[in-house]
Amino acid sequence: MGVIVEQFPLYVQGFLQTVRICILAAVGSLILGTILAAFRVSPVPPLRAVGAAWVTVFRNTPLAVVLFAVAFGLPELGINGSYFWFGVAGLTLYTAAFVCEAVRSGINSVSAGQAEAARAMGLTFSQSLSLIVLPQAFRTVVPPLGSVIIAMIKNSAIVGAFGVGGDLFAVGVQLTSAQGYAAAGVLTGVLLGYLILTIPAGIVLARLERKLAVAR
Amino acid sequence: MRLSHLTKVAAVAAALVLTATACGNQSSSLGSTGGAPPAAENVSFEAGTTMDKLNKAQALRVGTKFDQPLFGLKGLDGNPAGFDVEIAKIIGAKLGIPADKITYTEAPSAVREEVIEQGRVDMVVATYTINAKRKERISFAGPYYIAGQDLMVAKDDTTITGPESLRAANAKVCSVAGSTPSEKIKEYIDPANLVLFDVYSKCADALRTGQVQAVTTDNVILLGLVDSSQGAFKLVGQQFTQEPYGIGIPKGDVKFCEFINTTLQEAAADGSYEAAWKNTAGKVSPQAPSLPPADACS
Repeated sequence: MGVIVEQFPLYVQGFLQTVRICILAAVGSLILGTILAAFRVSPVPPLRAVGAAWVTVFRNTPLAVVLFAVAFGLPELGINGSYFWFGVAGLTLYTAAFVCEAVRSGINSVSAGQAEAARAMGLTFSQSLSLIVLPQAFRTVVPPLGSVIIAMIKNSAIVGAFGVGGDLFAVGVQLTSAQGYAAAGVLTGVLLGYLILTIPAGIVLARLERKLAVAR
Repeated sequence: MRLSHLTKVAAVAAALVLTATACGNQSSSLGSTGGAPPAAENVSFEAGTTMDKLNKAQALRVGTKFDQPLFGLKGLDGNPAGFDVEIAKIIGAKLGIPADKITYTEAPSAVREEVIEQGRVDMVVATYTINAKRKERISFAGPYYIAGQDLMVAKDDTTITGPESLRAANAKVCSVAGSTPSEKIKEYIDPANLVLFDVYSKCADALRTGQVQAVTTDNVILLGLVDSSQGAFKLVGQQFTQEPYGIGIPKGDVKFCEFINTTLQEAAADGSYEAAWKNTAGKVSPQAPSLPPADACS
């Protein structure tokens, strides 16, 4: 257990790297996922097809395979970039599929009368979606979206294996193999790091849920 | 456009498979014809020692790398082949255990201490650098080889001439997470330019596609990658560390350690050490090394 005290600065570095990856991927996947959900309920068939295809591909592919395809496939096609952004992009593409489905379930839970009333008032499809339907939908999808984001925080451990380096889990690998610390102590520190991220996230979400909940 | 890219990827994949196949077959056939001496017969050891236990059991469990060309690379026949494997066979032979009674377990860098501590193998021969931190948990016999950290770059690269030139070139450098070289290279480059993977084959791929400008680790490992790159990579040739490779054994087994050291000295004297090199790593680096003096056992 002494390793956590001895190597505290390294743990903090890893923790911050994981936070950076998670914040970027969370923002990216919430935006992308919402757009995809809008595609899936839109009246334009090609957009619906894009949304459905995205969900089919990324929800059914293991994250490690998605990351492998991004980190090694893109350079093969002549697209070079930093592994940090490849990692964030892979995590975002993958998580967006789950965000999309959560948001879509929220949209479906808003009674059809709301959208019909909006259209009757002369709002366009995108206006009625963004002003009337989505604000109500988000209130009901706080719990499933929270689960998606917490799963994403844990999934970020895989990103470190694709050249990103320096994240919380990679720090664990570095301490056990290069510096020879016993795995149990090192991984306890890694576990604590992830819990510091996920448990408060759960508490914030529970508060948010209570605050936003609407009786129907 | 799309099709041509796919074709290219498929062709590269096929070429990689073919190369791997060719190497695996070659080294295993060489290993079986020229390598380890026959198992000693009617040997006996002091009762209660590790040597006695292994000899009576007629089985030796060895941890080695499965992805390290020239040192420990698993071929299509399912058996690893390379210099580390030949060293294990030499020790097995002296214990009176024939090569076909040796079983190999994959021991990647991250878990080498664990497999020894948990008793899943009798010894680890896996390009394993001797250092003080590791000695707190296990013991080392040997060293049996002195490697040194070097850089591998693209064939046409002239800007990288040694570790000191990396910063000026703002080069991205790839290594394996948790390895000794990955720690050492941090003295020469900005941490943001260090790219870490779990295996060296991914580093080689990143160098080929231009994602990184250099790969760093011990020279012989790089030689294996240069060998399989079909002329795409070259070695810079400036070793900037000394990495003594040892044989990992359970902590405090002094008698087993001394037995291994004696075996290595005998192998150097009777030429089987040199033969082991010639049949494996010698294909790329023909100059056989001389056995370094053994460390004291503890």
